[in-house]
Amino acid sequence: MRLRLLGLVATMTVLAGCHTAPSASTDNGGNSTGGAPSASLTPQQELTQQVGDRVFFGFDKSDISSDAQAILGRQADFTKKYASLTFTIEGHADERGTREYNLALGERRATAAKNALVALGVDAGRLKTISYGKERPAVDGHNEAAWAQNRRAVTVIN
Amino acid sequence: MTTVFPPVARATRRMTLFLAALALLGLVSLARPAHADLTLDITRGNPQPIPIAIPSFQGDNPADGQLGADIAGVVSNDLERSGLFRPIDPAAFIQDPAALRPIPRFADWKLINAQALVVGNVSARPDGQTHVEFRLWDTTAGKMLTGVAYNSPAVNWRRFGHKIADQIYQRITGEGGYFDTRIVYISESGPNLRRIKRLAIMDQDGANNHLLTNGHSLVLTPRFSPTRQEITYLSYAQGTPRVFLFDILTGQNESLGDFPGMTFAPRFAPDGAGVIFSLSNGGGSEIFTMDLSTHHVNQITQTGAIDTSPCYSPDGKYITFNSDRGGTQQLYRMNADGSNIQRISFGTGRYATPVWSPRGDLIAFTKFVGGNFSIGVMAPDGSGERILTNGYLVEGPTWAPNGRVLMFFRQTTDDNGGRGGSTRLYSIDLTGANEREVITRQDASDPAWSPLLQ
Repeated sequence: MRLRLLGLVATMTVLAGCHTAPSASTDNGGNSTGGAPSASLTPQQELTQQVGDRVFFGFDKSDISSDAQAILGRQADFTKKYASLTFTIEGHADERGTREYNLALGERRATAAKNALVALGVDAGRLKTISYGKERPAVDGHNEAAWAQNRRAVTVIN
Repeated sequence: MTTVFPPVARATRRMTLFLAALALLGLVSLARPAHADLTLDITRGNPQPIPIAIPSFQGDNPADGQLGADIAGVVSNDLERSGLFRPIDPAAFIQDPAALRPIPRFADWKLINAQALVVGNVSARPDGQTHVEFRLWDTTAGKMLTGVAYNSPAVNWRRFGHKIADQIYQRITGEGGYFDTRIVYISESGPNLRRIKRLAIMDQDGANNHLLTNGHSLVLTPRFSPTRQEITYLSYAQGTPRVFLFDILTGQNESLGDFPGMTFAPRFAPDGAGVIFSLSNGGGSEIFTMDLSTHHVNQITQTGAIDTSPCYSPDGKYITFNSDRGGTQQLYRMNADGSNIQRISFGTGRYATPVWSPRGDLIAFTKFVGGNFSIGVMAPDGSGERILTNGYLVEGPTWAPNGRVLMFFRQTTDDNGGRGGSTRLYSIDLTGANEREVITRQDASDPAWSPLLQ
């Protein structure tokens, strides 16, 4: 199992180059063929483990970085491959803000990711947004490493 | 939604002012030379707490006697927590509390340095209600300062105590009381990554705690109606975050309605007839109002920026809110129709959650600068900023109805293994003095103070 994981990571480096987000690269398995998903993966697993389901933002920022743009490009391809699926983009903030402002900031991040996908040709009618503000951190911790993981927009299949 | 809250006992209380009759008793001691009233100037910082003796209220039978002891305990606890009174240990009392009527032996109370003395009595009425009366004595002048009687079912024994504490506080400080009030807040439990949040309500002192929702849906930011037993808050019960209204007496719970985006950050208008809130739209968040009787919706701001945490001035003429329209989050003030928008915060850092004092003279806020949060106040034009407290995270100030005391929540960090951290409610004096935890069974956040109960 460990050997296989290492192989996948190595392959991914070749395919994806250096344009993955700091943490997404550790979550993603990569797709060794670049084509059809492994038979064992559900679309959600494929999205999470191979495509990259999340993009990250700077403190109090909602602009799409080049790393994020690359992930959203793969997400756009994924939505075209599964044309019958619809998606919700969940926007999140770190804990270093007030509750109501962070709800608005999470919504702005989700909308930024949605707009990027629409610009890549995804039908806006297939994309919903929701904000969780600082209510649903992905990573526990009170330091910049944790906050960077929590400032995110996550695409999930409805 | 599951409600487990019993309706507030209906307003069968009939407050009877016994002042006229009791003042006659007071006159007996007015043979003394004229003497300034016992008062405490709380407009200056850190006044010395007034030593006050609060013997058990007396009853004609053991049950009423127990009730009297319990009520005196509530009065004592309220006054002590205000930081402005120092209740004297009953073990030091010289005069037998049973012998305090009609006139206490003031020398016995002066001897233990009690400047004020509260004498109360509990009796059962033929109609089944309980009758509680009290007199507040100035022991130095030998003079009665106030005296009030209340009738209500005995089950309201804590409220008897709070109402009496309010009378004493008001008579001696000159400010309105705030003890007969409640707090609606969010009760928190579970690990940081899967926090369960429930709407909860309790008395101002933490007693009579009730959970109002079952925790299945995320709920946030409850606020009291200024006029009714009603709460507005944010709920994810319908998937999309929505502003809800919850009627405490009937348990009725409904969304403000469907909007194209998330509705959040609700607060009532000062007349209770409308709600002001934010609606997300295309990445920005704008401020809207809704008339609760006509459901007519009015858009107040329109910039594409994040405009949120709106709050009316107590006269309803102005709205304060925070916005990042200038680059970072700052406080603004505008007319209630959205005209004449002015930035009012100019210090370093980010400013948020402006809340207008019920007295109209100050705006409380949350500030984030240099990696720390603080709670502060400023005049409505932004001048005179003063920080009351700070920490890793302090947020969400709410005013007691007298505009003198605030409550907020404080989060302390855990050891990154989930141990040791907490989120708790605190009250603090306007001066920044007397910060006290408000004890809750579980973690707690987003407090909102009710108006004085009727």
